[in-house]
Amino acid sequence: MIQLTDKPIDVNAVISAVSNSGAGAVNVFIGTIRDSARNKKVVQLEYEAYEPMAISEIQKIADEASKRWEIIGFAISHRTGILKPGEVAVAIAVSTKHRQASFEACQYIIDTLKEKVPIFKKEVFEDGAEWISALNEK
Amino acid sequence: MKFTITSYGIAKDIVGDRVVVVETNSNTVGELRSWLLKSYPSLLDLRSLFIAVNRDYAEDHISIKESDEIVLIPPVSGG
Repeated sequence: MIQLTDKPIDVNAVISAVSNSGAGAVNVFIGTIRDSARNKKVVQLEYEAYEPMAISEIQKIADEASKRWEIIGFAISHRTGILKPGEVAVAIAVSTKHRQASFEACQYIIDTLKEKVPIFKKEVFEDGAEWISALNEK
Repeated sequence: MKFTITSYGIAKDIVGDRVVVVETNSNTVGELRSWLLKSYPSLLDLRSLFIAVNRDYAEDHISIKESDEIVLIPPVSGG
């Protein structure tokens, strides 16, 4: 299951999507919004996605993960829209026969998503807003 | 030729609209990139600017045609 949604993420649904009686492990990563960044209070984060390509890039990551580890089930739900501190931005679940693969695959998926998938977030502070990691250091 | 260009994130702020139609003699992604950097010099301030053609990251040598889905991808920050 690969989902982009502008509604609150149902983490239990993401976990259920990978459940399989052949799996001995389910690994879950939940990315949440922090209330501060670089010593400033975060008001909200605004996410947008180039949706069709975000989905195809996530699929590529899942396919590559399946080559490297024996994955039984994989599910991801990623938010778009406005999120407040404490909210869930992304939930990823991976089920495998044994636990080592589940830790490694789950980490690989979130790490690679953060490098490759066309999703963008803007941090909004009380005194302004900036797109994360967008500009060259001055 | 007329290309329809969609921009996300900070690239949309720089280009001015989610979707713009531009007229240029560019035949490749690289030529389009040069044209864009001249037309929207603030794009030079970005850490990176990838161009996707038909939903794939495209290298500069890739040819483009008017019917292609061309999207400007500034630094990604999902998760």
